[in-house]
Amino acid sequence: MKILVPVKRVIDYNVKVRVRPDGSGVELANVKMSMNPFDEIAMEEAVRLKGKGIASEIIAVSIGTPQARDILRTALAMGADRAILVDATADVNFDIEPLAVARILARLVEREKPDLVIAGKHAIDNDMNATGQMLAGLLGWGQATFASRIEIAQGHAVVTREVDGGLQVIRVALPAVITADLRLNEPRYVSLPNIMKAKKKPLEECPLAALDVDISPRLKVVRTIEPSNRSAGRRVASVDELIDKLKNEAGVL
Amino acid sequence: MPVLLLAEVNNAKLASDAVARALSALSPLGERIDVLIMADEGAEAAAEAARLDGVGQVLLAQDGTLAHGLAEPAAALVASLAERYTHIAAPATAFSKNILPRVAALLDVMVISDVTSIRDAETFDRPVYAGNAVQTVTSTDRIKVLGIRTSVFQGVEKGTVAAPVETIAAMPDPGLSTWVEDIVAVSERPDLASARVVVSGGRGVGSREQFDTIIRLADRMGAAVGASRAAVDLGYAPNDWQVGQTGKVVAPDLYVAVGISGAIQHLAGMKDSKIIVAINKDEDAPIFRIADYALVGDLFSIIPELTAKL
Repeated sequence: MKILVPVKRVIDYNVKVRVRPDGSGVELANVKMSMNPFDEIAMEEAVRLKGKGIASEIIAVSIGTPQARDILRTALAMGADRAILVDATADVNFDIEPLAVARILARLVEREKPDLVIAGKHAIDNDMNATGQMLAGLLGWGQATFASRIEIAQGHAVVTREVDGGLQVIRVALPAVITADLRLNEPRYVSLPNIMKAKKKPLEECPLAALDVDISPRLKVVRTIEPSNRSAGRRVASVDELIDKLKNEAGVL
Repeated sequence: MPVLLLAEVNNAKLASDAVARALSALSPLGERIDVLIMADEGAEAAAEAARLDGVGQVLLAQDGTLAHGLAEPAAALVASLAERYTHIAAPATAFSKNILPRVAALLDVMVISDVTSIRDAETFDRPVYAGNAVQTVTSTDRIKVLGIRTSVFQGVEKGTVAAPVETIAAMPDPGLSTWVEDIVAVSERPDLASARVVVSGGRGVGSREQFDTIIRLADRMGAAVGASRAAVDLGYAPNDWQVGQTGKVVAPDLYVAVGISGAIQHLAGMKDSKIIVAINKDEDAPIFRIADYALVGDLFSIIPELTAKL
């Protein structure tokens, strides 16, 4: 079985984001970038399915600037067999919308014919939580979002999903799109020998033009501002003082 | 043209708080709002939705394929109704996050997730980067598909007249996925997303057993119980109690954070709370920078004392 795993290069999750004072976006120059944490989980799951003999080939795909090569090398070091970079823009500030990403992925799915796409449930930069669902919709495939457990058997995936109020188990016919939630697995660290080996694995660069997808944004970002700051709070010395403040000052008790 | 609002139904019960909040979020559009109920047993939910203020009409689709919020039949149905509407919206819950982007793709439009403000029919605010920035976006799409972050809106009241309920047919079952089972955490406590008071515990609570002291405090306050990712990962609390970027987003009147340091990802889920109380032994914990009231000390003595004195 062939698995396609889309991975996104995003600002590292530990970085405190700085909003540009002119409202034009967030500062991405000289900021540490990494693979989106949910995509690491998706990649780890694909590698584990290969380890179990269920997957035969794993293809990592990233769409964006040429710098995304770095995270594709990480994906290869984690265990992907080959990688495709869709060179779609030169501007790191241009965040390609989920609809355009889904359209590009749909093209690659037509070409590569995977049996399964495992994506992260959302990217921590645009917080959209949409690409996997959009891809499934475009392909007319079944979908299993927010997966915390995946079992593949007889042309189906039995997926445990994290939903409000608990868990839901569904059975989805393959091919399908599954999106990985936080608790699906613990992604492995890449070892130095694997990083060296990854350098020899194939990384195809695919120009956007070859895929005939219009990526012009449907949403125009008018401005990006900092959220309103909360005023600094006050120390209270005791439980009694806390209760008093909540009752008489804040009026929430 | 009117607006279509998807309502969630669980075990034949309407998620009425989320629907009421979404109705008030959509009111700036000034258009009729039709509520769509998709369920196997939805009559009671439809009747309840019809009584909410601002509802023009309730569309009721009852079919076995719509019983468990499976995305494929639900998205197909919503997409089939879409051309009658300028806006398709839903409270941003796990239910709608599963369905709405698929609907948008079927219509060849973008989805706008976690809308916190509707400025006009094309212009919306939404948080990005775990709530560290707020984007204002203008949509050029002919149909706007919106996930509403309900925690920042007050719900509408129950109206005096009931809107009409129209029964509609489901789409043929695409047969791509089937429901197997729900593993539901049964709780008598208020729902986390709509509770007026939330008490949350983090890594500092120390163990599953000690997390019971958090639960006792919450129960004394009539509060919902939340948890940080660390507390969930350590097994102190179930997944669906997690508050934060990857869990639930809450904005209660009072949020009490106990033994939670205040990582960016946690703050993303609770920093719009009206009053935040932080109880932590580390006086440099980042949570204190956003807390209205900070109590530095040992939670193992503070929490039982607080519980006893309330």
